[in-house]
Amino acid sequence: MKQDIAKLLQKKKKQLLENWMTNQLADSALREDLMSNEELRGQSEEFVESLLNTINGSNIAEPSSSDFDPVLEILAGISMSRARQGFSPRETGYYIFSLKDALLQILQDEIKDPVQLFESSMQVTRLVDSFSTVTFETFIKGREDVILRQTDEIAEISTPVIRVWDGIVALPIIGTLDSARTQVVMENLLEQIVQTGSSIAILDISGVPAVDSLVAQHLIKTVSATRLMGAECIISGIRPEIAQTVVHLGIDLSNIVTKASLASALRYAFSMLQLEVKKKTKVITQ
Amino acid sequence: MMIVVLNKDTINISREQDVVVFRNRVKESATKIRMGLVNQTKLITAASELVRNMLRYANGGIVTIEVVSRGRDNGIRLVFADEGPGIKDIPLAMKDGYSTGKSLGLGLPGTKRLVSEFDIKSVVGTGTTVTIIKWNNG
Repeated sequence: MKQDIAKLLQKKKKQLLENWMTNQLADSALREDLMSNEELRGQSEEFVESLLNTINGSNIAEPSSSDFDPVLEILAGISMSRARQGFSPRETGYYIFSLKDALLQILQDEIKDPVQLFESSMQVTRLVDSFSTVTFETFIKGREDVILRQTDEIAEISTPVIRVWDGIVALPIIGTLDSARTQVVMENLLEQIVQTGSSIAILDISGVPAVDSLVAQHLIKTVSATRLMGAECIISGIRPEIAQTVVHLGIDLSNIVTKASLASALRYAFSMLQLEVKKKTKVITQ
Repeated sequence: MMIVVLNKDTINISREQDVVVFRNRVKESATKIRMGLVNQTKLITAASELVRNMLRYANGGIVTIEVVSRGRDNGIRLVFADEGPGIKDIPLAMKDGYSTGKSLGLGLPGTKRLVSEFDIKSVVGTGTTVTIIKWNNG
């Protein structure tokens, strides 16, 4: 007589959860610092509950059946939150693999016929393997989300507009200027020009590794936009190797004021505003 | 003189983020063969020019980075292969200021001026392959 594994497992729910928890707690990689044992138990209980409610004699053999969607959803949620909390792939993987051990332990205890034991073990293995795949997929997706968020953050923090003098703002650009970045740079710069009422903007490209025609085009656009706002734009930080490259590329920057360093750009800006920076001469009193 | 390949590396380009990774890889290879700063910058600029073209017109492709040597000269050879629409009129595309997109039209001719050797092959509908070599002292 063929036993129904699904029914068997449902009957043994409590033991299954106990086995699983024992397996998880026995692992040396258990991260009590990231998640308390109670939390882990709650998570595991929810998962076992939903798994046992879903499986029945027919769908246990088909891991890809849509019956498992709610189970996978819970699993994906767990995996995603683990990725964000900083669990390693090994730790996350062990969570689901230790469930397989727990399931197999029960089958081993309950089923005496070796042929049937093998058959049902294979079914359970296949099912848990398909869960593992989902776990890893979502884990990696979770990590990618983290990376994407960091990329956005970097893009945002990397364009500070500095007010260097009354009427002069400077914007040091670090890294590559792509279309998205140029947009952010341009917006920030133009907004600051209005806010501070500046008439001179200095774009410092000391931190830009290479100026190709696209970067140059973006720079030219930014300069034109600044001029439309009635401010003058100076590009500073042109290194010797960049200068040679720009010339060979054939980019015409001749109608833009360019300077080798931020200091010389600032000096130029001062002279445009008719400001004078002088060393203080000591008045010797007798 | 015969060109000997000392080292070979391929990179898939499919997103704009790949440009930075690729450029760093080129820089690494160039630093390894002690290329001077000016030549390095020229090579990197040329590479980034071509890789942008590849992304823009062909949605990406494959780049091969090779360290090559010819007698006592060392250099970097880059092969950009894409499966894009191809270029109909190569002499026109090599002219300064010509662009089918909205760019400055300096990419291809500018690149040619930046590198030691430049070769472009294109079949309309099949794809384009651009090969450039920058010698250490060229």
